[in-house]
Amino acid sequence: MEKRVTFSTTAIGLLFAAPMLLLIFVFFYWPSAQALYWAFTLEQPWGGGNRWVGFSNFRQLLEDPIYWQSVTRSFVFGISSTAISMGMALILALLTDRELAGHRLYRSVFIWPYAIAAPALGLAFRFILAPEAGLLSVINRVWPDLWNPALDGKDAMIAVIIAFSWKYIGYNFIFFLSALQGIPRALIEAAAIDGAGPMRRIRDIQLPLLTPTLFFLLIINITESFQDSFGIVDVMTQGGPARATELMVYKIYFDGFKGLDYSGAAAQSILLMLLVILLTIFQFRFIERRVHYK
Amino acid sequence: MASISLRNVKKTYGKNAVVHGLDLDIESGEFIVILGPSGCGKSTLLRMIVGLEEISEGEILIDGTVVNRLEPRQRACAMVFQNYALYPHMTVAENIGYALKVAGVSRSERDRRVREVARALAIEAFLDRKPSALSGGQRQRVAMGRAMIREPRVFLFDEPLSNLDAKLRIAMRAEIRRLHRKLGTTSVFVTHDQNEAMTLADRIVVMNGGKVEQVGTPAEIYHRPATRFVAGFLGSPAMNLMEGEIEPDGTFVQDATRRLRLSQQAGHAFPGGRAVLGVRAEAARLVAPGRPDALPAIVDFIEELGASRIVHVDFDGLSFAVATSDNPALIPGDRVGIEIDPRDIHLYDSATGERLEPVTARQTVHP
Repeated sequence: MEKRVTFSTTAIGLLFAAPMLLLIFVFFYWPSAQALYWAFTLEQPWGGGNRWVGFSNFRQLLEDPIYWQSVTRSFVFGISSTAISMGMALILALLTDRELAGHRLYRSVFIWPYAIAAPALGLAFRFILAPEAGLLSVINRVWPDLWNPALDGKDAMIAVIIAFSWKYIGYNFIFFLSALQGIPRALIEAAAIDGAGPMRRIRDIQLPLLTPTLFFLLIINITESFQDSFGIVDVMTQGGPARATELMVYKIYFDGFKGLDYSGAAAQSILLMLLVILLTIFQFRFIERRVHYK
Repeated sequence: MASISLRNVKKTYGKNAVVHGLDLDIESGEFIVILGPSGCGKSTLLRMIVGLEEISEGEILIDGTVVNRLEPRQRACAMVFQNYALYPHMTVAENIGYALKVAGVSRSERDRRVREVARALAIEAFLDRKPSALSGGQRQRVAMGRAMIREPRVFLFDEPLSNLDAKLRIAMRAEIRRLHRKLGTTSVFVTHDQNEAMTLADRIVVMNGGKVEQVGTPAEIYHRPATRFVAGFLGSPAMNLMEGEIEPDGTFVQDATRRLRLSQQAGHAFPGGRAVLGVRAEAARLVAPGRPDALPAIVDFIEELGASRIVHVDFDGLSFAVATSDNPALIPGDRVGIEIDPRDIHLYDSATGERLEPVTARQTVHP
C-alpha cells in the first residue's frame, strides 16, 4: 500500500500553491485582464481618461486590410516554418534512428538551438544572411542583387522563416527520435522480413505510428510560430521592408509601443490569444483519439 | 521447403563473441529446435539465418545458396516473433496480407489467400479487428498466419510461446506440430523450454555459451547427453551429477563412504581419472540404509507430483534426487540408501565435460 500524505485543511494546500498562483496571477491573469479591458476601451497614448467603446476596436481591426495582411503573413510564416522544421527534423530523426551510434550526443546537441533566445538567434542569422558580407553574399557575387532581405520583402520573409525553422528543428527532432525509438524494433524487422524496403517501411509502418507525435508537433509549431517569432522578426527585419515580415505578434508590439495605439494592440492580442486557445483545444480533443498503440 | 547449412558461423559484437564457429545441417522439411539457456546465442543464430543480424564469419546456405549478403526479404524465410510484432495500426487481415501487398499481389488474390490462411488457423472471425482487440492466443495465430501466407521456404520461431499461459502454450504447441505435419516446411524453433523442445523437435540442437553442445533426436539427447552441460540442462529434475575419481579396479569414489562400482571397462578405460558421474532421478532406487553397494544419504524433502514423487536426499551437502512411483513412508531426516545400476551411469570428463563413451555403451536409445 502506498502511503499518501493528506492535508488536514485546504488552507495548508492553498498556502503551498500560493507562490505559484501569485506568479501566474501577476504575469498571466492580470495582464490578460488588463488587455481585455483595454480592448473594449479607447486608451489615450499617455494614459488617463479612457472611454468604453464596446466592440468598435475589433470592428475596426477586422475591416482593416493591413491587419488581414498580417494574419495572412503569419499563416504563411507559420505553415512554411512548420513544414521546414518538421520535415528536416523527421528526416534527421529517421536517419539517426537507423544508425544509433552516438544518439545520446545528438539528443543533447540538437536541443541547444531551442535554448537560444530568439533575439540572439536573430542576430546570428542577420550576420549569416547579410547580403553584402554574410555567408549568402556568395550568391550576390554570382547573381548581383538576387538576395537582399533588406530591400526585397520575399527575401526578408525567407530569412525569418529560415531562422525560426532552425530553432525548432532540434526541438522537433527530439520528439520524432524518441517516438521512433518507441516503435518496437520487432515491428520494423517483421516488415523487413515481409519484404518491405527501408522507404516502404517508413511509409507503411513508421509514419502511421508517428501520427500522434506528428499531430502534436504540428500544433505546437504553429502555436509557437505565432508567439515565439517576435524576437527573430524584431532583430532581423523589424517587420520590414514595407511590412513584408510584419506578423501578427510583431504588429501588436509595433502598433502598441511604436504607434501608441494601446487599444488596437490590446484587441489584436485578444484575437491572437483566441486563435492559440482554439488550436490548443483542437489539439487536446484530437490527439486523444489518434494514439495507436499502448 | 529448403535445407539450411551453417558453416563455421560466428557472430561477434566488437570483441565479444556470442556465437563461436558453429556448424549445423538442417534437412529439408525437418523441425529443428534450438534449445539453450538465455544468452547462449540461440536467438542470434536464428536472426542470422533470417538476415536480421549480420554474419561475422562463416557461411549460411539455404538450399545450397550462400545467403550471407542477401536481405531478409530475399531469403524467403518467415519468422514468428516472441512478442508477435503485429502491426498495431493494421487490421488482422492487413497484417496477414502485408507481405503480399508489398509483393504487389492484386487485392482479390490477396483477399482470397488471407481468407484461406485465416480459415486454417480459425481466425476468420477476427479479420477486421485490430491486434489490440485480440487475446494472446489469437495474436499468436495472426503472427503465424502472417508467416504462413508467404509460403516461405523456412519457418523461424523465436520463442513464440513464451508469452502464453501454460494451458494455451500446450495447445499452441500441438497446433504448431500439426501445421508442420501438414505444410512440411523446414522449421527452426528457438526456445529455452525443454518440454517444448522435446515435444516439437525432430532434432534438438542444444546450445550453450555460443557453442553447440549436442545435436540429436529428443530421445538421444535425453538418454545419451553428450556433455555434462546437456546432462545437467535437460530433464526435470535435472540429472544428478557428482564429481569423483575412477580407480583402476573400476570403482567410482566420491568420498570415503560413497563408492560406486562401475562396469569393468570403465576402470580399464579411465584409470585414475577425475570424472563427473551422472544418474537420472528415475534410474536411482531408494533402499534400506546400510546395504552394501548402496550410497548412504539423508532425506531432505519430498516433492509430491501426484503420479510419482521425487525424494531429494542429501549427500553431505550434495543434493541428489530420486524419482519413485511407490509411496515410501519417509520424512525429512530419515537415513536411506541409494542404489544405482552401473548400466544407468553416465560419465563425463571432469575437465572437458565430454562424455566418456565406453562406460555407457550398453545404454539403449529408444527410437
